[in-house]
Amino acid sequence: MDRKQLVILAAIVAVFLFAYFVNFTSPDVQNAIHEGFYLLQWYVRYHTLACVVPAMFIAGAIATFFQKEAVLRHLGPKANKAEAYGVASTSGTVLAVCSCSVLPMFAGIYRVGAGLGPASAFLYAGPAINVMAIFLTARVLGFDLGIARVIGSILFAIVIGLLMAWIFRSDEEERTAATMRLPDPPAAKRKGWQTVLFFATMILFLVFSDWANPSTTRIETADGRQMNVSVLIRTGETYRVQLQEPLGDHPQGAKLTLNIDEIVAEEDVTPDSYRWVAWIYHHRWYFATALFAATLTMVWRWFDRDEIDAWMAETWSFSKSIIPLLFGGVLATGFIGALIPDELVAGWVGGNGPRANLIASVIGGMWYFATLTEVPILEALIGLGMGRGPALALLLAGPALSLPSIAVIYSVIGVKKTMAFVALTVVMSSTAGMAFGLFFS
Amino acid sequence: MKTVQVLGTGCAKCRTLEHNVEEAIKQNGRDARIEKVTDIMQITGFGVMATPALAIDGEVKIVGKVATVDEIAALLA
Repeated sequence: MDRKQLVILAAIVAVFLFAYFVNFTSPDVQNAIHEGFYLLQWYVRYHTLACVVPAMFIAGAIATFFQKEAVLRHLGPKANKAEAYGVASTSGTVLAVCSCSVLPMFAGIYRVGAGLGPASAFLYAGPAINVMAIFLTARVLGFDLGIARVIGSILFAIVIGLLMAWIFRSDEEERTAATMRLPDPPAAKRKGWQTVLFFATMILFLVFSDWANPSTTRIETADGRQMNVSVLIRTGETYRVQLQEPLGDHPQGAKLTLNIDEIVAEEDVTPDSYRWVAWIYHHRWYFATALFAATLTMVWRWFDRDEIDAWMAETWSFSKSIIPLLFGGVLATGFIGALIPDELVAGWVGGNGPRANLIASVIGGMWYFATLTEVPILEALIGLGMGRGPALALLLAGPALSLPSIAVIYSVIGVKKTMAFVALTVVMSSTAGMAFGLFFS
Repeated sequence: MKTVQVLGTGCAKCRTLEHNVEEAIKQNGRDARIEKVTDIMQITGFGVMATPALAIDGEVKIVGKVATVDEIAALLA
């Protein structure tokens, strides 16, 4: 039987065992099933149409219209070192949208291109900083974590690359005699500024369509409770609100539905410095619509039929492979999260100690996160008491490494270099987590 | 007889490329053999840094993109 059949068999066996052994009459399990679907519904309502779907189109466009050749040129054997490290650590933004392309490129840079250092830098940063990962992180986990993830990935990628190159400086690298093959430069169909404008418009669309609501409203209810909330949905009869600070049994971030007759007073207490952000939030669809129209116009004027077909095919292939994993991951996260007691998670990765950060980065390094699923999983873990420092540690170590990818890396660079890379990744990610936790929580 | 080598580790794009190669061979009715190269070390042995890639008789023709049926047919001609 080939591998694909084995995977299918394993999936069937897993479903069988789950259905056979789980005690569905237990209230805990029933509650967990509800939680799984609540989380999925929340995710689908608040992050899918405004964020995931446009992100798929952008990813498809990057894969179709972005000239890889221009980037790969800087990672060749003759590229100067500063250039190679710089490009290797940042090019993941546009090259690593599909995680399956990361390992072949890593192997290529190592054996054919600029060598071990830049290859390590690419492997560390690549999968973590693709456009979609950055967006989802910033939007779901918070702007600070999003930025920290980008900066941490790029910075530590360079450090790890340099260290790897230095540690193994005396090793004769196992390079192939083959000359580097660059993709043929495609005939330029557009001017450079047109491509730049096209991508900028699409990314700005995503920025506005998924703009977060920072406004704070103070609400007083009939039973005398006072709360500071962001109002998510305001209809004729109900308010759907999210708590900005803990209230009674409800933790910060909990979402409540209030009936309009429960509310006795409401006051806008958005800090002045956030007013413009709130203003944009309330007008975000005007901006998004304008940008969407601009994107369509550009597509219509500058792209031909074949290119659009290729773009759509690419978008569809991303969506097909990523979205089911994302939804399944969210559902499983909600389910498992409800069964794991908070104290357990907080005990392992709560706070910001060295131990919590180390555990988070080791788990990140071993566990395989399907593209982008790390974001909702972390959200659930943070909800259960994970510290923000360890969350960053996991975000940094997670996409770069997993047991399956370690096996492939080992086949390319051998046991000593693999061990060094894994150790550096874990240490650097924990350090970054601790530093972040120190300053931001 | 030509040997068409499809280089890729087995991701969706590589399979699409393989499919396109089959189509192209069928279309122009030439006698050609398809060989899949999935081993990452062998792939880098071709000097290729971005998959999927396509080589004909050991010579790399296309790197880092899914070639269309027409493009491949032109290469085979």
